[in-house]
Amino acid sequence: MAAAQSSADNAWMLVSAALVLMMTGPGLALFYGGLVRRKNTLAIMMQSFALMALVTVLWALVGYSLCFGGNGPVIGGFEHAFLRGVGAEPNPDYAGTIPQSTFMIYQLMFAIITPALITGATAERMKFSGTVLFLILWFFIVYAPLAHMVWGKGGMLNAALGGKFPTLDFAGGTVVHISSGVSALVCALYLGKRTGYPRQPMPPHSLVLSFIGACLLWVGWFGFNAGSALASSPLATSAFVATHFGAAGAALSWSAAEWIRNGRASALGAISGAVAGLVAITPAAGFVGAMSALAIGLFAGAFCYWMVTKVKALFGYDDALDAFGVHGAGGTIGALLTGVFAQQAINPIYGSGKAVGGLDGHWGQVGNQLVGVLLAWTIALVGTFVLLKIIDLAIGLRVSEEQEIEGLDITQHGEEAYNLES
Amino acid sequence: MMKLEAIIQPSRFESVKDALREVGIEGMTVTEVRGHGRQKGHTEVYRGREYTVDLLPKVKLEMVLPDGLVNRAVDAILKSAKTGKIGDGKIFLSRVEEAIRIRNDERGENAL
Repeated sequence: MAAAQSSADNAWMLVSAALVLMMTGPGLALFYGGLVRRKNTLAIMMQSFALMALVTVLWALVGYSLCFGGNGPVIGGFEHAFLRGVGAEPNPDYAGTIPQSTFMIYQLMFAIITPALITGATAERMKFSGTVLFLILWFFIVYAPLAHMVWGKGGMLNAALGGKFPTLDFAGGTVVHISSGVSALVCALYLGKRTGYPRQPMPPHSLVLSFIGACLLWVGWFGFNAGSALASSPLATSAFVATHFGAAGAALSWSAAEWIRNGRASALGAISGAVAGLVAITPAAGFVGAMSALAIGLFAGAFCYWMVTKVKALFGYDDALDAFGVHGAGGTIGALLTGVFAQQAINPIYGSGKAVGGLDGHWGQVGNQLVGVLLAWTIALVGTFVLLKIIDLAIGLRVSEEQEIEGLDITQHGEEAYNLES
Repeated sequence: MMKLEAIIQPSRFESVKDALREVGIEGMTVTEVRGHGRQKGHTEVYRGREYTVDLLPKVKLEMVLPDGLVNRAVDAILKSAKTGKIGDGKIFLSRVEEAIRIRNDERGENAL
């Protein structure tokens, strides 16, 4: 088995793992950090960083095994608990040319960023203790089953390894973005609005930070999507290209929508659009051609703009940093469009010559995608609501109004992001 | 002695400083401030949410001058800070009872 290993594959996958970690810290931490008010900057960054450490420990104990051990339809098993049997030998079920340790550490980075995305909806009003407890439990109740169903051997949605409802999800449209985005919506509804919202202005405190964060996300996303080929292969190149085109298309369409409505294209709009495009192209990256990727991006940018500016205002929920509007909405639209645009010429996942998506004439794939989307929505909705209810009763979720006004940096962490007089 | 306070557009600050130096004014205290008079603010849009920003950035200069310099200083500021548009700011003059230099206890105009 060792002879089948490819040092090129291993090199690419290690770099990809590092790129995906970079998406959480500093990427997402800066992106979200700039969007909150100054008094909550460290708190939101700390939530992302805490997950980098916490999820890593969970992953080593049982997390990896629950996602990728065993072959049940819903959840994995304990065969790799404490990383037993995870070493230099490849796991041919998932990636036959790299050490299983590489696959394990690569998948860990996805498990870190996914709960971190939710903090965009709970920003500026959730207790640190409640946040940490919620996200730990969320990892077990929502992330692990979904990751196993979609990517794990025997998972009921797994398109490559014999799932009953083969859902195409190359890099995490359902597992990462729908799961986190829909959970974010539940959190925003359950927690309620920030004190003063929407009467009081709450503009981003530093779009410069957000700008740097978004650019790091874009670069890191190459590891996320192209790395999901799990090899340094032509498919990785294809996913890399699709990722870039999707981001560019959505940055342009969000900006164009803004320009038409407000007479100006904003920096925040352009970077938000790029992130929305990256989200939408995630499930499709390894299944669609460059032109399809551009189309998905163009559509996703305009769609998420509408979700964030119109739908949010219509329903009045306070998704503070638009985790649902970008990740939930973008992930859903991306997962469905994957069923339309997937082509066997790019990735013959059902065997050579067999139609994959709508463009190949297999429109039933859109139905499969819908099953995956609905299942991901359901697990996220129910799992998140139950967890919030339990934690709320046990230790409480929201800071007091006084603490919220003073800011989470001081009240939750005892420090300030900017000590301008020191 | 008079205290002169001028609130001006940030974009005019460098010219005002130069004009004051030309008439022989050697010291001043400058603060970045926010405020508005008759000037209306502007609108900012973040992800579709509109905010009216009515406190605009201004620069406030403060200086205490011997009586003989006051008129020249006012003229210099009027000339150099004026753009003719609403929001150019204001000048306030008030009488000062005493000035004391901390280093050597000098008093009055000698301390300026």
